[in-house]
Amino acid sequence: MNPEILITQMLYGCIGLALFLLGIGSFILHEGLWRRLIALNVVGSGVFHVLVAVAYRGLEQTPDPIPHALVLTGIVVAVSATALALAFGRHLEDQNDHA
Amino acid sequence: MRPPSLLCLLVPLLLLALGLSLGWALGDGLKGYSGERLAEVALELVPESGATHPVTSVLLNFRGYDTLLELAVLLTALLGIWSLGPAAPPYPPPGLVLASLVGWVVPLLIITGGYLLWVGAYAPGGAFQAGAMLGAAGVTLTLAGHPTGGLPAEPWQRLLAALGTLVFLLMGLGLMALGSGFLIYPKGIAKWLILIIEATATLSIGVTLIAAFLGGRPMSLRNRSR
Amino acid sequence: MLDPLALAVAWPLLGALSITLLPRWAAHLGILAAVGATLSALGVAFAVMDSGSLTSELGGWKIPLGIGLRADGLAAAFLAMVNLVALGVSIHASVYFADSKARHHFWPLWFLLWTALNALWLARDLFNLYVTLELMGLSAAALGALSGTRESISANLRYLLLGLAGSMTYLLGVALLYVAYGSLDLVQVARSLAPGPSSAAACALMIGGLSLKAALFPLHFWLPPAHASAPAPVSAALSALVVKAAIYLVLRLWLDLFAGIANASAAMLLGLLGGSAVLWGSWQALRAERLKLLAAYSTVAQIGYLAMFLPLIAAAADERGRASLLVAWVLLALTHGLAKASFFLATGLVQKTTGHDRIAELGGAAQSLPAATFALGLAGAALIGLPPSGTFFAKWILIQAAIASGQWWWVPVIMLGTLLALGYVFRLLARAFTREPTPPHFVTSARAELSALLLAVLAMLGVGLAARPIANLLGV
Repeated sequence: MNPEILITQMLYGCIGLALFLLGIGSFILHEGLWRRLIALNVVGSGVFHVLVAVAYRGLEQTPDPIPHALVLTGIVVAVSATALALAFGRHLEDQNDHA
Repeated sequence: MRPPSLLCLLVPLLLLALGLSLGWALGDGLKGYSGERLAEVALELVPESGATHPVTSVLLNFRGYDTLLELAVLLTALLGIWSLGPAAPPYPPPGLVLASLVGWVVPLLIITGGYLLWVGAYAPGGAFQAGAMLGAAGVTLTLAGHPTGGLPAEPWQRLLAALGTLVFLLMGLGLMALGSGFLIYPKGIAKWLILIIEATATLSIGVTLIAAFLGGRPMSLRNRSR
Repeated sequence: MLDPLALAVAWPLLGALSITLLPRWAAHLGILAAVGATLSALGVAFAVMDSGSLTSELGGWKIPLGIGLRADGLAAAFLAMVNLVALGVSIHASVYFADSKARHHFWPLWFLLWTALNALWLARDLFNLYVTLELMGLSAAALGALSGTRESISANLRYLLLGLAGSMTYLLGVALLYVAYGSLDLVQVARSLAPGPSSAAACALMIGGLSLKAALFPLHFWLPPAHASAPAPVSAALSALVVKAAIYLVLRLWLDLFAGIANASAAMLLGLLGGSAVLWGSWQALRAERLKLLAAYSTVAQIGYLAMFLPLIAAAADERGRASLLVAWVLLALTHGLAKASFFLATGLVQKTTGHDRIAELGGAAQSLPAATFALGLAGAALIGLPPSGTFFAKWILIQAAIASGQWWWVPVIMLGTLLALGYVFRLLARAFTREPTPPHFVTSARAELSALLLAVLAMLGVGLAARPIANLLGV
């Protein structure tokens, strides 16, 4: 395989892995809801980053469309989950205010 | 409650070790595989899919079932949010500058959304991007004090939010009833079926994002006027 | 071309959508969709029993480009159980939520959960599994929070976040597999899987992420508060079905996908976690002060038994031993699904009548509901593993396998777990029968009580008696 492609995939893939791990670490170590939710979104970005990196096949070639589609699906799912979690959090805070 | 300090030290070390092994695994996977993965197969069949942009072909045709379930996930989130309680009180009415800016930005966002939907057939774009634009338009309206972000009354919101999934599913079932098979588009009309699915999905995604931003069940007209 | 597999997913989804559009008709549409979904799922199960595994390539594209659905014996057995339980829960819920404000929200979310469950048993595409897992996680968390209490919302928020972390971890494993093997289809990847760093990392990530969702000890901490605070029909579905889906995927990936690289020491690790779950969960159930908490901890223990099978399957001497362990696994899982659902439904009835579920104060209150108490007793007996329940046969085979493969240390764990289960069930039943006069009628609310009772009878008698057909279904 072309070394240029391999190095590019590896570089961006490892950045994705780093994001994944940073997010996981933050998720484990911190308590607050907002912080953990942002950490989870960083985790998701890391995984999507890896998938996008894999899709790269050199500048002249069309990238692999499958991982791109997976990332789009994954983003929608992640947005939905984040929205639901935010609504849960807001509801808890409202209850706190009233209590 | 602060976590104990031992954990603070241990977790980064463990993550570092995990990171090294994951990096090794990734490198090994990339080097070890010489084939083209699914890219060649997919790109070859794009002309048969009814869309010219490969990502659109994958999302709406090759892996359309994933997209159907993804739309269901979006609907689930909205229904979950509605189950928690009524929407937050509206933002205060905007000042002169914000109001005139909104008058500019919102139509622009809607037009951009329409463009992204149309362009998705042959260039990057498509239902989700277009839906996100519609969502942004609604969020802008909400921030400028509009109580429902431009959304209609609850029954219509329900219809619009479920429409994308419903049309997609009924099309799949209808094709199966007509003898073609679940989600198997006949070659000649695939392009139009994909356009219908994308257009309804755009509406649903946009409406769902706005309604999710409002953060609760739509208030009935009576309550709103109070 | 009629596709029974796609129909089994489409029915509940159609139900969810029609109820979203017509919330006024929720209960009627709900029962209609529930019956339709159950019939289509049973249709799949009978078709598999008749003619072996079914596969379909959705959209007409060949796997791996398209997404495949597959029903083999294992999937068909679970599909049938899940849909029977879901039907029972629906009938019960039509009474439970009849005059509650939550009913408009329950029905569409419930059918979305049902869609996710059916899609999950039938999936054979690794990324599609991620989407179904998220659909399941989101709808389950939203349903769990329907009771609206602060406790339930914060417990289910925690469940949502942990579930999200689990599925992201799973997805990274899928990405690594796509990098190394260029496919997302479970069967195709399994065929080309070779030992090496990327397959090992993918295995650890995917099994780890799913263990979190399956509440395998020590990742079980989110389960008891989330399941104990949800409305009773939802607790039934969460404990009996949702957790089961995750542990089923662990087994499926372990046996089908990672068979080439999953070694004995990794299996032993999962088995040890399972053994600890059995002891810890049963002990906590014995100490629980509330009925629903008892049931939730008992689920932790039952998941433990299911994980304990892995080292024994790995150590099985021949194909026959393996197959009989697999049958035992399915018997245990099916019995627990039916029994736990019945247990939670009956608990919900007791809670509604008495206004609380504190075990110490149950007194004669439970006795005023003879059918519900009977269901509790039967379901409890099935959880303990009294003959002729499926649990009894499963534990019997488990003990035989443990002795045959020289892993004798599982035997005392099973014995102790069973004793503890005996303890927590009898502690409960002893409270239920005081000297109150027994009411003249056996049933007070037919639909609500009989659905619980029927599930308990199925758990106690049905699964055990159907052991042979189930074994046939699994191709043994």
